Amino acid sequence: MFRYLIRRLLQMVLTFFGATFIVYALMFANQTDPIQALAGERPITDSQRLALTERYHLDEPFLGQYWHYMKGLLTGDFGISLTNRKISEMMADAWPVTIRLALIAIVIVAIVAIVAGVISGIRRGGTFDNVTLVLTLVVLSMPIVVLAPLARLVFGIQLGWFPPTATRDAGFYELLLPALVLGSLVVATELRVTRSAVAENLRSDYVRTARAKGLTRQRVVGVHVLRNSLIPVVTLIGVDLGNLMSGAIVTEGVFNIPGVGFNLFRAIKTEDGPLVVGFVSVLVIVFLMVNLLVDLLYAALDPRIRYE
Amino acid sequence: MLGKRPWKMAAGAAAIVMLVAGCGGGSDEAEGSENTVVLGIAEPKHLIPANSTESNGSQVLSSLFYPLVNFNEQKQPVEAAAESITSDDNKVWTIKLKPGFTFSNDEPVTSDSYINAWNNGAYGPNGNDGSYFFERIAGYADLQSKDPDGEDGPQKAPEPKAKTMTGLKKVDDTTFTVTLSAPFAGWKSVLAYTVFYPLPNAAFSSPGVLNEAFEQTPIGNGPFKVVGKWEHDQQIVVTKAAGFKGPAPKVEGITWKIYQDQQAQYADLVAGNLDVQTLIPIESLGSAAGDLGDRLKKSPSSDFAFVGFPTFQKEFSNPDVRRALSMAINRKEMTDQIFLQSQTPATSFVSPVVAGYRENTCGKWCEYKPAEAKALYTKAQGPKEIKITYNADGGHKAWVDAMCNQIKASLAVNCTGQGEPKFADLLTKVDAEQPVGLIRLGWIMDYPLMENYLGPLYSTTGGSNYYGYSNTAFDSLLKEGSEAATPEAAIKKWQEAEDILVKDMPVLPLRFGQNTYGFSERVTNVEVDLFKKVNIYKIERVAS
Repeated sequence: MFRYLIRRLLQMVLTFFGATFIVYALMFANQTDPIQALAGERPITDSQRLALTERYHLDEPFLGQYWHYMKGLLTGDFGISLTNRKISEMMADAWPVTIRLALIAIVIVAIVAIVAGVISGIRRGGTFDNVTLVLTLVVLSMPIVVLAPLARLVFGIQLGWFPPTATRDAGFYELLLPALVLGSLVVATELRVTRSAVAENLRSDYVRTARAKGLTRQRVVGVHVLRNSLIPVVTLIGVDLGNLMSGAIVTEGVFNIPGVGFNLFRAIKTEDGPLVVGFVSVLVIVFLMVNLLVDLLYAALDPRIRYE
Repeated sequence: MLGKRPWKMAAGAAAIVMLVAGCGGGSDEAEGSENTVVLGIAEPKHLIPANSTESNGSQVLSSLFYPLVNFNEQKQPVEAAAESITSDDNKVWTIKLKPGFTFSNDEPVTSDSYINAWNNGAYGPNGNDGSYFFERIAGYADLQSKDPDGEDGPQKAPEPKAKTMTGLKKVDDTTFTVTLSAPFAGWKSVLAYTVFYPLPNAAFSSPGVLNEAFEQTPIGNGPFKVVGKWEHDQQIVVTKAAGFKGPAPKVEGITWKIYQDQQAQYADLVAGNLDVQTLIPIESLGSAAGDLGDRLKKSPSSDFAFVGFPTFQKEFSNPDVRRALSMAINRKEMTDQIFLQSQTPATSFVSPVVAGYRENTCGKWCEYKPAEAKALYTKAQGPKEIKITYNADGGHKAWVDAMCNQIKASLAVNCTGQGEPKFADLLTKVDAEQPVGLIRLGWIMDYPLMENYLGPLYSTTGGSNYYGYSNTAFDSLLKEGSEAATPEAAIKKWQEAEDILVKDMPVLPLRFGQNTYGFSERVTNVEVDLFKKVNIYKIERVAS
């Protein structure tokens, strides 16, 4: 177990550097004129262009810029954005609300998907199964650019159940509507996976054995079936948690949440390389950690799995 | 048996998540009880006067600072923080300040507050967005430096020759003189701009160097002061400054609420969480009349939308081709159908908001006459393929496509809209002289003078003259106007210059903008000015 952990952590370091390098290279290739991008349609004077170019090392070749960036990163300095703000402060501002949003979304999704998935798995072909199938398909087929403004219009403005926008210090209630919208991205898949896993496991030999032993139905489904059915679902939830943090660009924009997605969107728009790479580096770490956690959870769920 | 532990863990984790999420918030802003208003903006780029040229930053700064001059209804400059601004020759200007004004940290406002702020703003290496405003002051060039081996070269640019402009001289604590490098009759109007605000000594960490933290809590000489600090991407709260000697605003405080998305802002306006939105997004215009009723208002703005003809593309060099294209499009149809009358058709080369504007200077060339257009176009042997290049991130696709369809229908030539991801990409192509076709452009004025349209857009050295139009007769008329003895004489020269534009048609005027703004039931007397700023002195809360 320990050796496995060490190995994984070492792999992470490599993955991290590889990912930041690729992202930095992509940003560099995408960069036409960040100073103009930042100024919008305003003309820029020569001396201003000169000053900004030197301040952000924009006149240096790719490796030079990357070196400047990594040198800062390794000493814990994420650098400054093209809007002259400390990127570390921007991240400290943006991450908490995004994490809260993603966690609320994933908890809602997990509860809905697992409960509904188990029920439809047990009563395959029943009314509940068919209704959830149709509902999840409807939600799944609606792109978030439609779903999010629609939810804001209906629940935020017309019915007035939720505030139409949330702020950085938003509480649970303010984040509930955005979290529901965000969660709808992944709830369908997780529900379907739970359902098929439950349905399959119900037919397996150990379930028959458990029943033959005279265990109650509750115990058979709640412990034996569910625990085995959760393995693929946990994998999905882990990956989705990362997805939800990075993929909240539309949701955060629509509900005015100044989180990671919004910052990434802005940074890409203004060709702000260091800002994009800063946020993506942290996202990479989140993905890596979540994946490691998921792998470790396997062992808890399935005793046959051992890490050496 | 074995299975119990993970469940407890999961349940525990879920509970913690909910708790954390719930605890984070709860900072309710006290609404309703106080005499404050919530005004919507986007995240300002900067909150340093010399570095704020976009409307969000200058809107916030307008509540923190008090300008030297303001504009009256006739767009004439009137003294505000200045007692008098006079000049005998339009070259040496004497500015006398009203006595007794202080910054919100109780520091008195003196001539030095202005001189130091302007020198800092003009100093090249500071890279301020608004530094070009100081260009007219004598000695500006010495504060700039040039990279000896070009932008991409390894050498660093040398330090500029000077740190202070020779044109700024202190007479006494409340008087200073500004010497321009050339006479300019409109200088007083220019002084109203954001970049000419003063800065307190507290803004500088050492002479000529701005304090890093100043931008987070700017200290001004205006009616409000910042509470706490600039909460990025969230809000800037300001409250009445006790010692302010100017006209008193009617509200006690303003929360500048920051939105990334226009439609999110509109949702908050309709839901009653926001008091004023200065720009109703075009997507919501259809429903806005129903949502807001008579709280949806329009006021003139200085926006001017046009397309330019690149001079490096020979097929557009014949003015008749340009005139034919101008007559081939139906401006009114575009403003009615696509902009839902939130903009008006443009048939002049300067905006109606400036003194000296004449209606319909473009004359018959800007009328919709498809048959005449086609005859003229065929005779002038215009190109068979027309391209209109625009930046795709600005919501221009709809009207560019509509314009193309009109050109197709009128002239029977092929027309395509070519979207570039960003304006910068468009400029790169123009600089490389690629065949971009017609270029989508726009202009928002900095100060209400005809010269602010004619100079940057059509003069040979104009900063936004991306299409390369150059006419020496025009340039000299513009210069004569700027150096004229009186504003009236200046306008006369500038109008003559505009007449040259009608002959040459370097651009197609398309639309003049309007502010389409909305406000909540809690506020009244909401005015949005030419610069898209809410008049913070007039806005009032409705007594409830």
